[in-house]
Amino acid sequence: MSERFFFIDYSRCIGCQACLQACAECDTHRGTSMIHLETIQRRDSVQTAPQVCMHCEDPICARVCPADAIKKTPDGVVQSSLKPRCIGCSNCVVSCPFGVPKYMAEIDQMMKCDMCYDRTSVGKGPMCATVCPSGALKYTTMEEIQRTRRGIPISAWKFGNEEVTTKVHVMVPREVERVNIDLVQIAPTPAPLPEDSYDVALMLEEV
Amino acid sequence: MSTDTKNRETFAGCAKTPKWRTDFPIEWEGDHYVSRREMVKFLTLGSLLLAGANWFTAFASGMLRRGSNAQRYIGSAAKLDAAGYILFRYPTDRDPCIAVRSADGTLHAYSQVCTHLSCAVVFNGQANTLDCPCHNGVFSVQEGRPIAGPPLRPLPRVRLQQRGDQLFATALEV
Repeated sequence: MSERFFFIDYSRCIGCQACLQACAECDTHRGTSMIHLETIQRRDSVQTAPQVCMHCEDPICARVCPADAIKKTPDGVVQSSLKPRCIGCSNCVVSCPFGVPKYMAEIDQMMKCDMCYDRTSVGKGPMCATVCPSGALKYTTMEEIQRTRRGIPISAWKFGNEEVTTKVHVMVPREVERVNIDLVQIAPTPAPLPEDSYDVALMLEEV
Repeated sequence: MSTDTKNRETFAGCAKTPKWRTDFPIEWEGDHYVSRREMVKFLTLGSLLLAGANWFTAFASGMLRRGSNAQRYIGSAAKLDAAGYILFRYPTDRDPCIAVRSADGTLHAYSQVCTHLSCAVVFNGQANTLDCPCHNGVFSVQEGRPIAGPPLRPLPRVRLQQRGDQLFATALEV
């Protein structure tokens, strides 16, 4: 069997949070979910997007780590921080362009998705991809994903001038070759919000 | 690798990969790699430590043994002859010993602690042996060596000295 890859298809996500639950049940980090489920423009849309670690070829989180705590395995999986080394400085948290690493204050350590290394290293699928009911997260072969999906998998990103190649693929329309993300504005959007005191979504955003 | 990354690495203007990066690699394999120099260093220091520990142990045991040359009064010869044996403590109060008069009339003393599992041996006057009741170990009175049962090492011998009617323990031979 050819090598299996992790694919994210944001358009398929239905926001069921099964991936969060499954991730939290993993043996290596019991009770703590390493996957992020982002809500996109909550007021206008019900779209959600799961975010796992993208496992960059040149992991910036490991590059900026002053304690030498983040390591990449030979199969390209960037591991969570090593417990005896991590000093909880959060350099990785602010450097990751995907916003993946989380600083856990209660254990003073960074933890992030390691693609369920205990499972994927022995041929099983990651917990989140195993339970995803809509196929937004899929762990399968390249041929299989190309056969079953309309879009194409890509792993090239551009953040400003920084080019990033990842191990995890995302499904995009056929005409897209690379995801370009330009810096638009750093300050919070000064969007004039309609004065509707009963807008629940607005209340949530304000919280 | 992007152009920016390359620029960043050549920023120092010297080697492409800085020295500190080879010492702290991102790759798992590099992190686990042990160089020949590190290995030799570990072996050398480990051997030195082991040798030092051995010397220390030898020195410490020598120190302990030196303390067992003290003289100690253990009882009267008359009492020994009456009972066939006497129990005493030598070299410290926590070391039980036994002194016996064998069938041929000679005087012997041994540690009472069986060399098998540390039970107390008792004198068997009829067989002229020291018997351990726990696992039926038998030691000869003449030499203290094991002649039956599970013990393999002889009992430590205590040197005795008779001055008139008084018996003194003078040394412990381990």
